[in-house]
Amino acid sequence: MTDKYDMPDENGHFGPYGGIFVAETLMPAITELNDAYQKYLKDPEFIAELDADLQHYVGRPSPLYHAQRWSKELGGAQIYLKREDLNHTGAHKVNNTIGQALLAKRMGKPRIIAETGAGQHGVATATVAARLGLECVVYMGAVDVARQALNVYRMKLLGATVVPVESGSKTLKDALNEALRDWVTNIDDTFYIIGTVAGPRPYPAMVRDFQAIIGREAKQQCLDMTGKLPDALVACVGGGSNAIGLFHPFIDDAEVKMYGVEAAGDGVETGRHSAPLCAGRPGVLHGNRTYLMADDDGEIIETHSISAGLDYPGVGPEHAWLKDIGRAEYVNITDEEALQGFHALTRMEGIIPALESSHAMAYAMKLAPTMDKDQIIIVNLSGRGDKDMHTMAQREGIQI
Amino acid sequence: MSRLADCFQALQESGRKALIPFITAGDPFPEFTVPMLHEMVKAGADVIELGVPFSDPMADGPVIQRASERALEHQVGLRKVLSMVAEFRKTDQKTPLVLMGYLNPIEIMGYQEFANAIQRVDVDGVLTVDLPPEEAHDCVALLKERDIDQIFLLAPNSDAERVKKMDAAGSGYLYYVSLKGVTGAGHLDTDDVEEKLAMIKQNTCLPVGVGFGVKNAETAKTLSKIADGVVVGSALISKIEANLNDPQQAKQEIIELLSSMRQAMDESN
Repeated sequence: MTDKYDMPDENGHFGPYGGIFVAETLMPAITELNDAYQKYLKDPEFIAELDADLQHYVGRPSPLYHAQRWSKELGGAQIYLKREDLNHTGAHKVNNTIGQALLAKRMGKPRIIAETGAGQHGVATATVAARLGLECVVYMGAVDVARQALNVYRMKLLGATVVPVESGSKTLKDALNEALRDWVTNIDDTFYIIGTVAGPRPYPAMVRDFQAIIGREAKQQCLDMTGKLPDALVACVGGGSNAIGLFHPFIDDAEVKMYGVEAAGDGVETGRHSAPLCAGRPGVLHGNRTYLMADDDGEIIETHSISAGLDYPGVGPEHAWLKDIGRAEYVNITDEEALQGFHALTRMEGIIPALESSHAMAYAMKLAPTMDKDQIIIVNLSGRGDKDMHTMAQREGIQI
Repeated sequence: MSRLADCFQALQESGRKALIPFITAGDPFPEFTVPMLHEMVKAGADVIELGVPFSDPMADGPVIQRASERALEHQVGLRKVLSMVAEFRKTDQKTPLVLMGYLNPIEIMGYQEFANAIQRVDVDGVLTVDLPPEEAHDCVALLKERDIDQIFLLAPNSDAERVKKMDAAGSGYLYYVSLKGVTGAGHLDTDDVEEKLAMIKQNTCLPVGVGFGVKNAETAKTLSKIADGVVVGSALISKIEANLNDPQQAKQEIIELLSSMRQAMDESN
């Protein structure tokens, strides 16, 4: 690429993807949000407050850690982990919720709503709402409420109301539907903090911009530590916010390869997976055009993944674009492989990753041995695994 | 001229307002739908809105969500809905029929194939909840070539500029969503609707139908004094839901509700 990458256009389009596909009642709110985001993005006072919060409240910059023992064992490229698991609340999600909550405050919205899958975004939203004294309602699929009970309790402690969603497949997509229904009903006083790089304009670009600190830091840290850019980036992709956060500052560095890792569940060939970029097709859901898992009638297909955070039938529109132009490659990892990644990192480096991030770890385990020892892979360790102890123990038949 | 334009013109000439019932195709089972459509016409419906079931109906309340779920249990998707329209048209070539639903089924079928297919079965209009005029250009162009109307929604927070945009992009009629919320929510405030409709009418020549929150004959009557059409959906589907073991009873109650609305609306004019 010779031109500087500058997606999306003013209507939120990444090529044919993205856009504004919402019911009419949401249009004024989305326009208001877009205006506020465009204004404050350039406001030095806003940026200063955001930076200070990221430093003192979240604990940024997060370290870039050279996983030497694991790299040696794999016998190929050097693996560096971007430690988003060390952020306050234990995942990358807070980078975005801090930014959107500061916007909500400036826009005078006293009530915050959010959807959540694994509960990480819900916790990160409840956290910033508590800190700013905002009312907070989190929608979560009933299936996810059951498998992520610890995070549900955390949100309640933080003062949020957690609403279990019983419609459809009772997972992340249904939580998003319900949050949209809430927003359309309470449009005047409510700010909807979407947790990923999906949704109508300006969400995909706005969430990306708040998450891009991951890649900006990683780039500088890699240069400082090794004197060069990495050869490859690896990150898991559900909606795709941690991946786009890592990828975006590297898009114009054509020599840096990018791998987005989708959840293959039982295996893409079984149909029981959450890998729209690998095995889906373009369509429209939740306000944007992107790759989706849909049947021939356009009905959304139920997804499967061991990780609640990747259990989503769509993906951020910018990933769809990066796939089509060949700038990023999208691969997939099964539940079983993800578990291997989970155990490998835990035993080799003493770091317990989230099941979502374990998909990225598992792909790094495949990729590293195919590369030279002087090459570098940065893997986004997007969250820590504490929330998944219950799921892991249950899988191994252990009562805790 | 499209069938919708003819219909609204004829209504205007006779001083009547359009009664526009909505049901979800395939709810509670596929064989229920076409006979129900004919009965609704007999009970006084001027235009029919037929819901295309969708797995993720983001703008709908629980009643229409469950209608979609029941229909999808019988695998009623867009193609099956089109075959129902073809069946309906065998004996009714007069009543305008509008497909209402979400964009993804149309996207997956492809705009060109969709436009051809609905022309073939003789659909008159398409109302796509998550397709604002900003994104509708390609779809509208294909429909326009075939004399099929794209119907757009207006919301309580739509301003005059927005109404003008809908007026330019849409045809057939405009659908005013009477409250901020999902289908079937609360009760609408008729004073508020009246004020809003005055502004809307200043900015469009298209007929304006009002829906969301229309539950009984009394509301239909009030609205028919200020709007060109009254849309009733969740209240009808509630009858289906209350009589899942007795579809004949459901049909009877829907006919009664529509007839009472028709009568009340005609009295007021």
